[in-house]
Parts: sequence; structure tokens; C-alpha cells
Amino acid sequence: MLFKVFPVVELIRLFQILAANRIVGPVKKGEDQHGRSLYDFGVVHDFSDLRLDYTQTIHSAKNYFLPYREDLCSFTVQDGDWHKEVDYGAYAPLVLFGLHSCDINALNKLDKVLLGGRYPNPFYGEKRANMFIVGHSCNPQPYCFCKSMGTDSALRGFDLFLTRMDDLYFAEILSSRAFHLLEQIDCREPDSSEHRRYLDEMEAKESQFVAHVDTSDLTKILDLEFQAPVWKEWGEKCLSCGTCAQVCPTCYCYGVEEHVDMVFTHARKEKQLYSCNLLDFAVVAGGHNFRPESHTRLKYRYYHKHRGFVEAFEESLCVGCGRCGQSCLAHITVPEVIASVRASK
Amino acid sequence: MKTELDFIQPVAGEQFEYSYKAEITNVYPLTRMEKLYQIQLVDPVEREQFIFKPGQFVMLELPGIGDAPFSISSSPVRHGDLELCIRAAGNMTRFLDRVGRGTRVGISGPFGTHFPVEKMEGEDILLIAGGLGIAPLRSPILAVLEKRSRYGQVDIMYGARRPSELLFGYEYAMWRQFDVGLNIIVDREEPGWQGPVGLITELLKQRIADSVPDRFREHTSVIVCGPPVMFRFVCELLISAGVPVEKIFVSLERRMHCGRGKCCRCNIGSTYTCLDGPVFDYWSVLNLKEAI
Repeated sequence: MLFKVFPVVELIRLFQILAANRIVGPVKKGEDQHGRSLYDFGVVHDFSDLRLDYTQTIHSAKNYFLPYREDLCSFTVQDGDWHKEVDYGAYAPLVLFGLHSCDINALNKLDKVLLGGRYPNPFYGEKRANMFIVGHSCNPQPYCFCKSMGTDSALRGFDLFLTRMDDLYFAEILSSRAFHLLEQIDCREPDSSEHRRYLDEMEAKESQFVAHVDTSDLTKILDLEFQAPVWKEWGEKCLSCGTCAQVCPTCYCYGVEEHVDMVFTHARKEKQLYSCNLLDFAVVAGGHNFRPESHTRLKYRYYHKHRGFVEAFEESLCVGCGRCGQSCLAHITVPEVIASVRASK
Repeated sequence: MKTELDFIQPVAGEQFEYSYKAEITNVYPLTRMEKLYQIQLVDPVEREQFIFKPGQFVMLELPGIGDAPFSISSSPVRHGDLELCIRAAGNMTRFLDRVGRGTRVGISGPFGTHFPVEKMEGEDILLIAGGLGIAPLRSPILAVLEKRSRYGQVDIMYGARRPSELLFGYEYAMWRQFDVGLNIIVDREEPGWQGPVGLITELLKQRIADSVPDRFREHTSVIVCGPPVMFRFVCELLISAGVPVEKIFVSLERRMHCGRGKCCRCNIGSTYTCLDGPVFDYWSVLNLKEAI
């Protein structure tokens, strides 16, 4: 990995150079009842709208690579026959500007499942291949537990990662595209004192974490506690609304619906992101529901994230961004659920 | 100066949304609820190259109506000349119930794991079906019958709610001609029914009682498909009779929207019923929480 430093004032030039493309980054969306800013990812046209000092966005950036609704194909129906058109929906490159490590790691995890296996998903793959990612350092919030999940720093999955050090940006460069980009602005090699400052920054970040999840032996504990009564307690709280999946950077499950026009000449197959907490997630034709109670669905969500995915890819699917807990209307948070399951030993 | 990023051209996965064009060539009503659809891939080359194994499934698509997984009920030697036994139970299948021969549909697949009938050669075979579970079993039944001499004793046990709900009745005589023990039981009698009434476990208990214990324990492979509750009782009975868990194969049903391990709807933990299943050996089932 190559490193560079550049003055903070140069960032606007970097932005402007990239602005020939669509840039998506954190923007302020409003304020909560306590006057705190609310952020979300959005298309950024003006550098002054880009809020790199953001705490956490409400939604992850997945809407830009795993859209909530997306057409999988369309059909033209004529004379008793049909023709199928498939469009992967990636028309132009996308710059994601200002992703925190958790969201970059979320992409890395999604890559494993969506681009791996026998049937890589081209809808995701094509968008992913046409992405330029600028990461940005963050200040851990009270609900962040990425450190516990091992996702508090990103080792790959970005082009450029910027760590703010007062008046300087310390840049990690992972692609030739990013390398050439930096050639166009005023930057230089870091000296040894700047290396030190960078490591101090990392250390300072480490000490700010409040929330913590003990993941040691978690896969085994989850297997042992599959019938623990504590799941029912959480299930009683859960509203089965699916908000957690909506804001989660790694939830990718979907349902499919087909729509046909009034005269039956055109039809389309649409995918919609779903949530395993929704009542009909596992309903099959004929009406049998494999997970009828809300606690079985909530439990499944935890098993998939923290056990099943670990079994398949040797890492958890959860990145510890804390969004699900922040958005949950029933105040169910991952650190609390896991702590309670561990305690039922 | 502004930099426009390169647009990298399409990535792998061209086949992701590909479906073979197929035509419904015949529809046979089997019972009040189920029909057997003969579906042929239109392109003769694709039809010939469509190779599947017993127990695998396809996604059947009716453009504008829906897309759903169905086990293949026909013999693997027939390649892309498929038979699907379908109950009109959901939106799409109720629509399918009203269409006739000549309808153009989409087929993708074959997907999933299969019953390892080749590895079962030399063994006694027990095929146990409950209700619509006979649909995925008809393919291994036909595959075994086609190479009948390579197998030992072959028994089919089939339970249905009522005699009028029995599927493939017209084929029983043919199956029996291949020296197959076919035993059928129903939950509820109907006028004219002369066979036994009760649960499928009773047939199985009888078969176990009639068997040579060592032969049963060491040389029997079992294929089971039926409603979730049936699996538990049948498999427990088999295990207590000494059949090793890795020689019992089940086919599980789950909701699916892609068949390719991407929609996550059929997951049991992180195991995809579409990729790692639908056919699992019972050892895998024991390792999966909430599988049955």
C-alpha cells in the first residue's frame, strides 16, 4: 500500500476532479428532536453539501448498489410467445465519497456472497466493478461496535482512504486510479513524524469505543442456546417490521414480483429487498410458514449474521455499524441481544 | 481538469437471468388439485444438453405472473423433456392450472443437489413419500427402475390423505412390473378403498419387521420426501432400526426466489436449500437448526 499526505484544503480539488462522475456521499437530511443532525447518503452536486464530519448515516449506501427495487428482466409478449430482456442497470461509474470502514467492510462481505459461488450476481457485480470508493476516518459513536466485529479498519475494498489529521489528510492508496488522481492535486510522501501521527490517530480512535460485543466462541454459544428462553423475550419485543434489514449495510435478501401491463404485451420481473423478520419471509405455497413466530424470525436473523455466515466465510456478516439498533422502534440492539444470549449459559 | 472514470464493461454472470424457452406440450390432471405438466425445451440442442439428476429442481417462469421452484418428476434420461407435478396452491400455480398445451414458459436450472442413486447401486432401496412428496421421488423411482438389476430389493412406501389424492396411480402397475414392493396407505378411507388405513410409519414398521436386521442396517439406502412432520417420525424410526444417518436422504422444501443462492429466502442458517439442497443427507439435517 502506498501512502500520501495532502493539506485538507486540497480535498475540494479532489472532489471537483471526481465530480465529472456521479458522487454519492454523506449529506445532512435534517435534525432529530434533540437538535442533532441526521445524515444519509445522497447524490452530492456541491462540495459544501458533503458532510465528512458525519456521525453515521441512517441508511447504509446499499441503495446505490443493491437498490430497494430493481427490475431483473422485462418481457415482450406477442402472439403467444415472449421475449426476455435483461438489463443489469449499471450505466455509469459511481463515486462513493466518504464511506466509513464499516461500510467498506460491508461491501467486502457482500462481495463474498453475491460475487462468489456458482452464480455471481451480475446486477450487483456490474455496479460494483464500476465504483470508485473514497473512504474516510470516523469518530466512534456510542452505539458503534465495529471494533468487536473486526471491521473498525478497512484493509481492502477501497481506492483511497483518507484519515483526517488536523490540517492534513493521510491517504492510503489501493488502486492505480486513485494514484493518478492524487497526482493531480498538491500531495507528497508522508515523513516519519506523519506516520507517527497517523498511528496516534488510530490509537485515539480505538480508545473511544463504548459498545462492545463478545464474539469469542459465539458460533458455538448460538448453537448451544438455540432453545434459550431469552429468544422468546426478544421476540415479544420485536415488531417484525423489517427496519433493521432496511438500514443494514449487509442485508441482501429479496423477494420477486412480476407485473404485467393492462393489455398483456409487456411484463417485468421486479426484485425488492426483503427482511427475514417479516411475517411471510418463509411462507411456501399452500400456506405453511417455516418461521411463524416473531422470535423464530429474529433468532434466524442473528443465526445468519453471526453463525451461518461465519461457517461459510469465516467471518461474521455483521459489521457493527449499530444502525439496526439505532433505528429499531423496539430498541433491540445487537450488543444487548448477544450479551443476553451469552448470559443464558 | 475533471476525470471521468473508465466504464468497465460487463462482468461475469451472463447466465444469471437466463431461462430456456420451453413449451407445455401436455397437461394431465392427476387429482382435483394436481396436474402433471409435460414441458419441453423448445431448442432441440438445449433440450439435449439439459442434463439433470434425480432430485434436482427447476425454476419455472410464467412471464408477468411468477417464477417458482419445482422438483423434476421425470426420468433423467429424458433430458430437457421434463415432467413437473404441480399442485394449484399459490398465485402462479393457480394461473398455470388454467393454461393449456402450447403455452410458452421459461425454465432455468437444473439447480441443487440430487439423490445419489449411482452410489446406491448394490443396495436395497427404500423410497418413502408422503402426499405431494411423491413428486420429487418419481424421478429417482424411474432412475432406479431403469437400472433395476443394479439394485437389491426396492420398496416404495407412499402415504396420502385420501385415496382420491394418490398421484401417478396409472403408473403403479408399471412400477410393480419391475419387481418393486409398492405399499400405499391413506389417512382416511373412501368408498372402494381396499388398502390399509393409517400413517406411513406403520408401513415402515412392517418393512423393518420383515427385514433381515443386518441387511437392513448395512445395505439399505433411504430416500424420503413429505411434509415436515413426516420427516421426523420416519427418520427417527429408520435411525432406531440402525440405518446410518448418512444413508438417509431427504428433499426439503423452502420458499425460493432465485434458485442461485442469492435471494436468501431458502436459507437454513447459512445453508442454502437451493445450492446445498434440496436433497440433504440426514447427517446434514441433524446439523441444521430448524431444518425439519
